[in-house]
Amino acid sequence: MKNGRTGLGMRRTIVSRLAGGSALAGLALALALGMTSAPALAQGAQTAAEVIAPQNWGVNLQPAAGPVKEAIHDFNQLVLWIIVAITAFVGVLLAYVMWRFRAAANAVPSRTSHNTVLEVAWTVVPVLILIVIAIPSFRLIYYEDRAVDPEMTINVTGRQWYWHYAYPDAGNLAFDSYPIADADLKPGQLRNLDVDNPLVIPVGKNIRVLTTGQDVIHSFFVPSLGVQKYTIPGRTLETWFRADRPGTFYGQCNQICGQNHWFMPIVVKAVPQAEYETWLADAKTRFMAENGVAPAPAKVASEATATAPGTAQVAELHR
Amino acid sequence: MATATHTHDDHDHAPGFWKRWFFSTSHKDIGILYLIFAVVAAILGIGLSLLMRIELQNPGMQIFADGQMWNVAVTAHGVIMVFYVIMPALIGGFGNYFVPIMIGAPDMAFPRLNNISFWLLVPALLLAGGSLFVGGAGTGWTLYPPLSNSQYQSGMGVDMALFSLHLAGASSILGAVNFITTIFNMRAPGMTLHKMPLFVWGMLVTAFLLLLSVPVLGGAITMLITDRNFGTSFFDPAGGGDPVLFQHLFWFFGHPEVYIMILPAFGIISHILSTFSRKPIFGYLGMAYAMVAIGVVGFVVWAHHMFTSGISVDTRAYFMAATMIIAVPTGIKIFSWIATMWGGSLTFKTPMLFAIGFIFLFTVGGVTGVKLSNASVDVILHNTYYVIAHFHYVLSLGAVFGIYAGFYYWIGKMSGKQYPERLGQIHFWLTFIGVNLTFFPMHFLGAQGMPRRYPDYPDAFSGWNMVASFGSYIAIASFVFFFYVCYRTFTNKEPVPANPWGEGATTLEWQVSSPPPFHTFDELPRIR
Repeated sequence: MKNGRTGLGMRRTIVSRLAGGSALAGLALALALGMTSAPALAQGAQTAAEVIAPQNWGVNLQPAAGPVKEAIHDFNQLVLWIIVAITAFVGVLLAYVMWRFRAAANAVPSRTSHNTVLEVAWTVVPVLILIVIAIPSFRLIYYEDRAVDPEMTINVTGRQWYWHYAYPDAGNLAFDSYPIADADLKPGQLRNLDVDNPLVIPVGKNIRVLTTGQDVIHSFFVPSLGVQKYTIPGRTLETWFRADRPGTFYGQCNQICGQNHWFMPIVVKAVPQAEYETWLADAKTRFMAENGVAPAPAKVASEATATAPGTAQVAELHR
Repeated sequence: MATATHTHDDHDHAPGFWKRWFFSTSHKDIGILYLIFAVVAAILGIGLSLLMRIELQNPGMQIFADGQMWNVAVTAHGVIMVFYVIMPALIGGFGNYFVPIMIGAPDMAFPRLNNISFWLLVPALLLAGGSLFVGGAGTGWTLYPPLSNSQYQSGMGVDMALFSLHLAGASSILGAVNFITTIFNMRAPGMTLHKMPLFVWGMLVTAFLLLLSVPVLGGAITMLITDRNFGTSFFDPAGGGDPVLFQHLFWFFGHPEVYIMILPAFGIISHILSTFSRKPIFGYLGMAYAMVAIGVVGFVVWAHHMFTSGISVDTRAYFMAATMIIAVPTGIKIFSWIATMWGGSLTFKTPMLFAIGFIFLFTVGGVTGVKLSNASVDVILHNTYYVIAHFHYVLSLGAVFGIYAGFYYWIGKMSGKQYPERLGQIHFWLTFIGVNLTFFPMHFLGAQGMPRRYPDYPDAFSGWNMVASFGSYIAIASFVFFFYVCYRTFTNKEPVPANPWGEGATTLEWQVSSPPPFHTFDELPRIR
């Protein structure tokens, strides 16, 4: 699972569409600038749950798991090719000037210090390029801002140093999500990325995310879902995401928050609706018992602990 | 363009060592003090970055005891490099030394103020360094509360860092007042604003940015100090305060600050390109007013550092648009530099190598800045290594290349001893390869989502981190090599003529001897 990676086909299409015939020429430079698509390693059927985590030697954005990130990918590719082209243009100009006007080749310098046409051109052309970038970008920030039609809400609270998730639509369901210490990693689990209780969401639902802070500022950041928001004490911020395919999507706290800033990963697990409901029913008994929200017979609490042996307690040690 | 008549009867009236270096009122001596100070601080700041790269070379905790120690190192690296290396070198060092000479002034307007500007920095650095030994500030250089509140950072570390910034800020404000007064009032006869060398233009804009932005930082950190120590709650929501207010105040200072660090370098690069192309600067007025435009627009873009802080979507749209506009004057500068070289007769001495390297690397850092300015993509790049790569390309490879370029360009003038050309070129290539190897892979790490300020990371980030670490070892080796270049320079017996660079060097400093006499001009030069 560690190297699991799928679903890059779409992005390859975008690259070839945007780059057109010059794709090959630009590809070398884009590789140098390091943001072009890594070779797609499609594996498994479309229905199989995918895992999106950072890849060793990866050079591009993590694959998209939902519409927000897909839109970001499209826009990112547009900007990428523009900035690669600009950098290449400046690089080529510099190289040409250095070669053509070296003292050995051009002993007598010109005295030219003005050229109105040129000066207007290099003011106006960048403005036009910026407009080309800005128009889709404006559209995208409004799309990213909040879900038009959210089907459910999740409250995210960053705490030193774990995440607290609440499902206001599902009664008082709320639970903590702690990272797993190195010593307790099971085979296949990712060091510094896996958690005891992932954030479980249904596939295909527009999910409103409300972030709040409790102690210091943290940042809820899941690259493959295209979502990042600070969790700020005294404020509630809104954002949204949707996962289009079942899978496990990794993220990490992305705002310095003290001692264990590096050790409060985020795992979002997207599952089909039916599976989500099963999980919800189970989670309600398990976590409400733990949280003492519902009547909590000692027996249930101990069962809950038994289902996740070790992890909960060990994670507590990292508080 | 300029001539200086120099009658000089060799009564230099230079004071003794103690009086000259400790009670100095000479802009040239104070400039040299600033440069020495910057080098000393750089040993500390770059030393910290070495520790950080050793830690990050492999996943897992390597040499740091815990995350707090790491955060302290990250913070100290940032604060030291910004406030005690780049600013003192470019503004205090080259600015003090060359602005009065270039405008034909006998000294700065307020020589004693100049002296205290420098000497405020010494306790400031001692406070910043000392804070490392009393717990330090594990907050990042942005000092965001609540993390910087006493509840989360107890002990004196943060307070010492804050007072250190206060002193550095006071030093900057006094220096800015001095530069503005000097440039407006003490130009030699005939030196109109539109004849002023571009380095002086850069310093003038920088001084205004300092004057208008640093007091805002002063206010913000004063409130933080009272929050920490005197029970106020400016930034504490429990008492009606707001953590986001601090972010606004900090970045209202912090964004102009990045232009403060780069504008003097812009000026230096212009001079060097003109000198080694043997050609006047292309589009002088456009170059000067591009810097003014960058300075002005630089004040209204601060919240692009806060795209994920919950500012409203319309506000994000505004700050995005305003930020992108800065690409226009920056583009004018890049293309005017290339046009300055176009048609010239280029010689590739060390300063020229650093200047050309600057243009290319600043372009790379600039275009990634255009990408980051888009709030839409910043959602997944904010606080990642993509940002680290971006600002190290414009600062570590931009401002620092500007410092090195200025050093090689002017060291013969300042010391009367010329650097060894071959060693200078070796130093350039070592630095160029090292810093690119360090910072280019960070684009990849950032795109893959690696958050900044992590001492330990998921194993998947290990490949590029190892490359970056090896690159940094080359870069740091080149810094050590730089000391050898300095040693060879200062033991060079060969005298340096007033103008070692030939007809391309037209500014006033090349009209006086190397080094300039204690009193630069016995008679004011007249600019034709």
